[in-house]
Amino acid sequence: MTPLQRIQEQFTTEIIESHAFRGDETAIIRPGSLRAIAKFLKETPELDFNFLMDLTAVDYLFYAGGRVQKECRFEVVTHFFSLKHNHRLRVKVPIDEKEPEVDTLSDLWPSADWYEREVWDMFGIRFKGHPNLKRILMYEEFQGHALRKDYPVNKRQPLVGPQN
Amino acid sequence: MLLNVGPSHPAMHGVIRMIMELDGEKIKGVDIEIGYLHRAFEKMCETVMYTQCFPYTDRLNYVSPLINNVGFALAVEKLLGIDIPERAKYIRVIMSEISRVTDHLTCVGASAMELGAMSVFLYMIKAREFLYELVEEITGARLTISYVRIGGVKADLTAGFVDKAFAKIAEVRKVLIEADELLTRNRIFFDRMKDIGKISQEDAIAYGVTGPFLRSTGVAYDVRKASPYLIYDKLDFEVPVGSTGDNLDRYFVRMAEMEQSLRIIEQCFQQIPDGAVAADLTGVVIPAAQMVDSAKMGQTESLIEDEVNLDPTLQGSTRKFHDAINANKKDVVLPAKENTYGNIEGLMNHFKLVMYGHGIHPPMGEVYFPVEGANGELGFYIVSDGRDQPWRVRVHPPCFPIMAALPKCLIGDMMADLVPTFGSVNMIAGELDR
Amino acid sequence: MSFMSSPTNFFTSTLDAWVGWARKFSIFQYPFVTACCGMEYMATNCSHYDQDRFGAGFPRFSPRQSDVLFVVGTISHKMAPVLKTVHDQMCEPKWVVAFGVCTCTGGFYDNYSTVMGIDTIIPVDIYIPGCPPRPENVLDGLMKLQEKIQKGEQSRTLYDPRTKLGRPAELQGGYSIEGHIKHIDSLS
Repeated sequence: MTPLQRIQEQFTTEIIESHAFRGDETAIIRPGSLRAIAKFLKETPELDFNFLMDLTAVDYLFYAGGRVQKECRFEVVTHFFSLKHNHRLRVKVPIDEKEPEVDTLSDLWPSADWYEREVWDMFGIRFKGHPNLKRILMYEEFQGHALRKDYPVNKRQPLVGPQN
Repeated sequence: MLLNVGPSHPAMHGVIRMIMELDGEKIKGVDIEIGYLHRAFEKMCETVMYTQCFPYTDRLNYVSPLINNVGFALAVEKLLGIDIPERAKYIRVIMSEISRVTDHLTCVGASAMELGAMSVFLYMIKAREFLYELVEEITGARLTISYVRIGGVKADLTAGFVDKAFAKIAEVRKVLIEADELLTRNRIFFDRMKDIGKISQEDAIAYGVTGPFLRSTGVAYDVRKASPYLIYDKLDFEVPVGSTGDNLDRYFVRMAEMEQSLRIIEQCFQQIPDGAVAADLTGVVIPAAQMVDSAKMGQTESLIEDEVNLDPTLQGSTRKFHDAINANKKDVVLPAKENTYGNIEGLMNHFKLVMYGHGIHPPMGEVYFPVEGANGELGFYIVSDGRDQPWRVRVHPPCFPIMAALPKCLIGDMMADLVPTFGSVNMIAGELDR
Repeated sequence: MSFMSSPTNFFTSTLDAWVGWARKFSIFQYPFVTACCGMEYMATNCSHYDQDRFGAGFPRFSPRQSDVLFVVGTISHKMAPVLKTVHDQMCEPKWVVAFGVCTCTGGFYDNYSTVMGIDTIIPVDIYIPGCPPRPENVLDGLMKLQEKIQKGEQSRTLYDPRTKLGRPAELQGGYSIEGHIKHIDSLS
């Protein structure tokens, strides 16, 4: 039984959508159930996802030129990996633009700490319960969130030097 | 006492800032600040076409640029759902393994130099120069090569490359033996690396660490064995594993991995299928400029069969090599230059792939593809919306979780132990900050 | 302009020549290494393309003890204040080498986080383009730097991206005013 089927039978109401495009199993879940599903993934012996491989976000503003409308602007994407069973799972959480907040995973997997800081820095999504949510790649004086689609690529905010 | 090990510091590893909380000489806490080399790789990739992302991927882990190129190409090929010819796969593996050896040489050499072993550094950079000569012969550049293309590679191996490669590999092996003699049983090196920078297996897994750092703690996880890509399942190599997770184990793991990479390269040369399809060479061999001129003037009768004499630096990318090293997909792979200049179909094919608005159009969707980088699992997560430019390119940098776990390794050690531990992390700022 | 006094007699001009010769063969560099160019810097430093035969072999890892600031690799806006501080900490006479195209003009990183050319922040003497420059290019740049050191010339201009012209750099502590005045005259 693949990981996707296992969580589908456990959390049938929480999973909005799922697919396995090009062999990557993906589940899109409701934001409120992230912690419950994450704990289940970590603690069930036959899933045993002990690696949080990656945690990132995607901004779907004006996706596909506006032809495809997604309900929520952001999506937090987590990749899980199990060392023992050698299987992977991708879990996506749609985040609304007006309240960009989701629960933290840093107490379950310490690796989530820095990944969540990067998502806050680049996208502006807050993580409830994160011990130290501050910018990691940009400097503190930087205004805005750089990887959002409405931040122009060459809008500079220099600290020293000419302001062009 | 708070001590700032500032962004610009002598260890030639890149820019990072560590604020250390010291109690005398013992480290009580470390706060690491990164982002000093943030070059907006992910944002730049959203503004250019897929093939134009390759130069940006070179500069991620700049000591092993070919592995980054291969990882990105494999991710896009997974998204497109295409497969590449066998020979191209073997060439990609050979170049990846050469890159892995250059990375480990730089890491071990630089960390040895910081402990005072200057000669080892010079020997390892000498060995790295031998490998750079090999890379330069095939790709044209030493460091930032942009060699891999979606659907294949840019040019085939040159004639006589195999013998040169075997000779250089023998030289690199000699250097490895010399370095081993100088370092492994050296009292000073041993004392400074043994039991320093220890991390336990549970902590390493909890922090999501992969690569030599994880293998030194005893976990035999290597992406090439766990989810083999390209032709790694046909090759016979071992994955060296340490036991204690200290600096010395990481040094041993890297030295052993270099030997295994050299073995892989030799096996590839024995197994690689033949290259140039000596097709319909009925025509005369003409210089390339003459072909372009006659095509522009409309004298195209014999250009379908003619073989072109290119500059030696462009060897390996002519029509007869093209099918062996590129997938047979006209909507993804640029045609050979003789076809671009010689007939109208090639010209239109070239235009459709190069002009803005046209280009490679993967289906809408997302993929994640992990490859084994020199520091661990290098993953590319690409989201496509059907256009010729990627919607989102995310790199999972192998040294990001390692740097997050670094405070755990350092606490309890002395101030001077920062240098060997940080050296064995092999932090590459281009990859960490992107 | 020259920091050495305008040579009017045989003794000072010969002395200047000897001092220039001595200075150009004992270059103490501060390698401000950030990115990929650092690998080619290491290659230039080591056995194949030895830098030591030019007298520039041993880098001084403290700005207080070095003459030449080799800025190697991309400078981001987070790093720019650090670069300015390090440059200010160096004592006269000092030269700056912009190594790699990211330091010359910003390279292909035209985005929110890269400084498009360090000459907007600190005055640069030698520009070595290349991504990364081959070690032979680096040695060529080093030899041009040596000519500059021999003549005793230093750059005192910053690049102003709005006007695309140079503008004089702020003077750092106790330096002669003649060069500054000459420069203002040459701008008008």
